[in-house]
Amino acid sequence: MSKILTQSVLMLLMLSLLAGIAYPFVVTALAHLCCGRAAEGSLIRQGGRVVGSALLGQPFDDPKYFWGRPSATTPQPYNGLASGGSNLGPANPAQFDAVKSRVAALQQADSGNALPVPVDLVTASASGLDPQISPAAAQYQLQRVARARGMDPERVRELLAAHTDPRQWGIFGEPRVNVLALNLALDDTH
Amino acid sequence: MSAMDWLQLALHLLVLLLSVKPLGHYMAGVFDGSGAVTRWFGPAERALYRLCRIDAATSMDWRQYAVAMLLFNTLGALAVYALQRLQAHLPWNPQQMSAVSPDSSFNTAVSFVTNTDWQGYGGESTMSYLTQMLALAVQNFLSAATGIAVLIALIRGFVLRQAQQIGNFWVDLARATLYVLLPLSVLLALALVGQGVVQSFKPYASAALVDPITLEEPVTDAAGNALEDAQGKALSKPVRIDSQTIALGPAASQIAIKQLGTNGGGFFNANSAHPFENPTPLSNFLECLAILLIPAALCDTFGRMVGDTRQGWAVLAAMLVLFAPLLGLTAWAEGRGNPGYPAAVAQAPSPLQSGGNMEGKETRFGAADSALWAAATTAASNGSVNAMHDSFTPLGGLIPMWLMQLGEVIFGGVGSGLYGMLVFAIVAVFIAGLMVGRTPEYLGKKLESFEMKMASLVILVPPFCALVGTAIAVSAAAGRAGTANPGAHGFSEILYALSSAANNNGSAFAGLSANTPFYNTLLGIIMWLSRFWVMIPVLAIAGSLAAKKRVPAGAGTLPTHTPLFVLLLAATVVIVGALAFFPALALGPIVEELQFRTR
Repeated sequence: MSKILTQSVLMLLMLSLLAGIAYPFVVTALAHLCCGRAAEGSLIRQGGRVVGSALLGQPFDDPKYFWGRPSATTPQPYNGLASGGSNLGPANPAQFDAVKSRVAALQQADSGNALPVPVDLVTASASGLDPQISPAAAQYQLQRVARARGMDPERVRELLAAHTDPRQWGIFGEPRVNVLALNLALDDTH
Repeated sequence: MSAMDWLQLALHLLVLLLSVKPLGHYMAGVFDGSGAVTRWFGPAERALYRLCRIDAATSMDWRQYAVAMLLFNTLGALAVYALQRLQAHLPWNPQQMSAVSPDSSFNTAVSFVTNTDWQGYGGESTMSYLTQMLALAVQNFLSAATGIAVLIALIRGFVLRQAQQIGNFWVDLARATLYVLLPLSVLLALALVGQGVVQSFKPYASAALVDPITLEEPVTDAAGNALEDAQGKALSKPVRIDSQTIALGPAASQIAIKQLGTNGGGFFNANSAHPFENPTPLSNFLECLAILLIPAALCDTFGRMVGDTRQGWAVLAAMLVLFAPLLGLTAWAEGRGNPGYPAAVAQAPSPLQSGGNMEGKETRFGAADSALWAAATTAASNGSVNAMHDSFTPLGGLIPMWLMQLGEVIFGGVGSGLYGMLVFAIVAVFIAGLMVGRTPEYLGKKLESFEMKMASLVILVPPFCALVGTAIAVSAAAGRAGTANPGAHGFSEILYALSSAANNNGSAFAGLSANTPFYNTLLGIIMWLSRFWVMIPVLAIAGSLAAKKRVPAGAGTLPTHTPLFVLLLAATVVIVGALAFFPALALGPIVEELQFRTR
């Protein structure tokens, strides 16, 4: 028994060093050789200041910006320290109320807009940090953004098209628009 | 669900099936010692044994094998517990995380050692980098390797004749770690970093928000009580939020093994829904493929080791026969959307949006990839998520729950899924034997009363733990207090949690507040029981079979590589799972689905 105990302790120690120290450090070293920017969070810098990550969404509520997915993180939306979804059940009355109030807020900010509201724009994402919306959700907001900025809608449409990603490799995932990247591009041009 | 979405699901299964043969062949070579890799790295492997005072040439009987396995895992749990409790005093803690509470540390220690990876905590706000690497990621490797070792011991039980020993636990454990899990993890981790998964030791970054927001925050007194004005309305003050914390860490290395080892414990709270854990559709494809990769390939390894690859493919076919329709049903349910939303909301799929039930789902994955992941992660006992199962439609949430309740044998955990399925095969052969009145045999070994008693334990312990645990949780005020949703859905949250723990899955209807002493303790005990009270009887079967002679197949032998046997095996799994859980499911997701569709 004491022999097995010694072997257990030593095996746990050796395999821990291998899988818990050597492995993550080797991966870190190789990762920084091939793709250091991605390994450090794909940060976007403007004038030396970090304004976000290309992979994380941010809250937007100004009509001149495209808005992202609703975020259920607490205490504030898009909280990078508490990722997560609402976990509201599909038949929970609180969920129906939340969707109704989001539809109302969108319609109030853009009173003439009679388009149907894309579902991803009124439902909270899984991470609360979803950086993207569907192309449909972006098009729904296009006229509002153009009006708030006094921009030609065609110019906004061009920027939107340039920031729309198709399915990866033509098959994987869904078409999508990175909201932060699009809004930064809007600020750059206007 | 568009045609493109269905094509994605089909592509996933196709790539999975194409990987089975090469990886299965490779692993068979690793475990019988004939593979080239065991020659190339043989000196390093032997050095490890020397350092650990292990004589690799000695073989253990099933009791010694079980003792070594249990002792090693118990020590592992103690190490994980200690590292969490002491993390404030240890290095690589740039965010100065304090010690984890005793009950949460206990739960997490058991959870990661049992390959469950149930998480009551949020990673980015709880665990230091060192704890993530040295406690959690290490057990991601070792719990998976333990599962593979027990499977290999069971396979040897079929292969060996009149033998007392079933192999050396340390050798099986080391080979699974060194030759299978580590190399695959390095490859996957690097591919994931290429897609944007973080791998960093720096402290969290901070970003200045492009569009700062203002929130109304409740005003509290010094004791933390909410204050009210003269009319009894809660006082609030505007708070400006102008920055975002960007949580980092050595995530890619951990995510690779959490997917490959059917562990599922996320680096961040949102698990593989977090953009740093699963940033692109391609990373999603790779991570989702990794969930089923080793469990599927081990079927081929099994066939090769018993000398008849058709046996392995028959077991794999039984898994697929169950998996494919359940996957399709989940995808269909999630693609339909929510009938309770206002008519102004567009939920139908189009070239410009995934549509469907998007609450708790990420845009880049849409309904299809979220449903695929949900089915894969619960069929295998992975338990990672890329969407919030709690917000799935009732039918879409029922299927993942039932996939766990079927005993985690449809692919199942690394090693554990296949040994569970082989025990179901033993039961299926036994039932067929009863029908024709002959002593049953499987792979040339007679199945007698001892094997059937142990098989019954393996099959009954998890449902027993799940159902008794659910009964305890709904009877206790502390258990009911955790639910986040009213009505039948609240019951589903509890049933899901106990089914997840009792089958070592680890996914959750995450609205349940499970980081309480009650749930941490209850779920911790259940995870431990249902892991090791299954492993020990499996090893007992291995020992008993190894001691038997091989009987030649006769006219009355049921061939176990035919479509007939595939259906018999699948039906056995479904009947046991349906009989055990139908009443409980009727109180949760089934009644909710009926209410939901008739609104």
